[in-house]
Amino acid sequence: MSDTDKSRRKFIGASAAAVAGLSIAPGVSLLQTAQARPADQAASSKNRWGLLIDSNKCSSGCDKCVTACFTSNWVKEAHGPTDSQWIRKVDLKSLSNGKSHSLPVMCQHCEHPPCVDVCPTGASFKRADGIVLVDRHICIGCRYCMMACPYKARSFVHHPLTDQNPEVPRGQGTVEACTLCDYRVDRGELPACVDACNQEGNGAMLFGDLNDPSSEIAKRVATENTTQIRADLQLNPGVRYEGI
Amino acid sequence: MIKVGNHRKIWGVAALAVALMFGILSSASADSGKTQASRVPKPHLVGEKGDKCVRPVSYMRRHHMELLMHHRDEVLHKGIRTKQYNITNCIECHASPKNNSVLGSNQNFCQGCHKYVGVKLDCFECHNPKNVKVKDIAFHPLIVPGEKPDAKPSLADTMRKKMTDAGAHQEKSGVVK
Repeated sequence: MSDTDKSRRKFIGASAAAVAGLSIAPGVSLLQTAQARPADQAASSKNRWGLLIDSNKCSSGCDKCVTACFTSNWVKEAHGPTDSQWIRKVDLKSLSNGKSHSLPVMCQHCEHPPCVDVCPTGASFKRADGIVLVDRHICIGCRYCMMACPYKARSFVHHPLTDQNPEVPRGQGTVEACTLCDYRVDRGELPACVDACNQEGNGAMLFGDLNDPSSEIAKRVATENTTQIRADLQLNPGVRYEGI
Repeated sequence: MIKVGNHRKIWGVAALAVALMFGILSSASADSGKTQASRVPKPHLVGEKGDKCVRPVSYMRRHHMELLMHHRDEVLHKGIRTKQYNITNCIECHASPKNNSVLGSNQNFCQGCHKYVGVKLDCFECHNPKNVKVKDIAFHPLIVPGEKPDAKPSLADTMRKKMTDAGAHQEKSGVVK
């Protein structure tokens, strides 16, 4: 790479960082808000909702996104290791130099989701705007999707549930995963994890429309080095990472 | 002999038919006279707010499941979240004032009628049968807002601890699982 190229890269990186700095004010960010869709209008394939997670801004001690997810979706079982896990924090450490990373991992909302491919009943499906969901009315609890998912994103509900969030019906014998808080996104709000991360002042999670070139997330994906986990599988996940 | 026998049979059948007709007519008139004092107890349902349902009552009795079935697909697959045929909208009006739920006893709206007609009701294995306002409760009652993480480890903390206690191992790639 020539010196000119290097300096150009630095410039692009610096300007993008400046834009990011401006947009993520402490607490709230105006640029991140999704546009509210009228209640009678269907989700459109013009949108592709996605997340950009900056591992550099994510500290290993913080689990506000996980707590917020469980709180908002009223996931509260405490039976043991088989409890539902919609989002988890993963700590990575380099053995060579001890550098550690931390990042949240949830359903990656793939463009070509393997869980949808394998589902025998059509319960696992992708919404027009890219959100991958389970239709628990049709799910028979075979757990094939859990085996197919390379991200270990899905959980099976083993125990009877009560007192669910009215907006998040969940029940025994079905598979579930991160819904990207579809009920909040449809209202024009941010997913609970992103909201919590912003309120904490970390701003490590950015939610937006990957199809809209003017959106903050699309701009950053276009200008910065972002990574998809297991990009080799060519699933084109909607969740992207930075700094890993 | 055979002919006589046949005639007898025909007369016999005709007499039976006439008797049956009278029987049906008389029982029908008797039924219409004592509908209120039927031997089968009618369900006594509580929990109906407002003047009218989203459709006429006679239609809802036969077709409410179709409306719900159609709407669930609209919500989940298309993201169309109109309120009219939403199950939470049903619960809002039909929850019993006693326990704020559509289930609980045979007087509660959904359970009472489904018990009466003997049809299994499985909506509420996943859906919350109570009339809960999400906006009123920003946090789940089990999770105390503003609780310091030092005071009590969060669910994620305990989960992580469980995993590490179970035997953390490092792969060659440096991934701590």
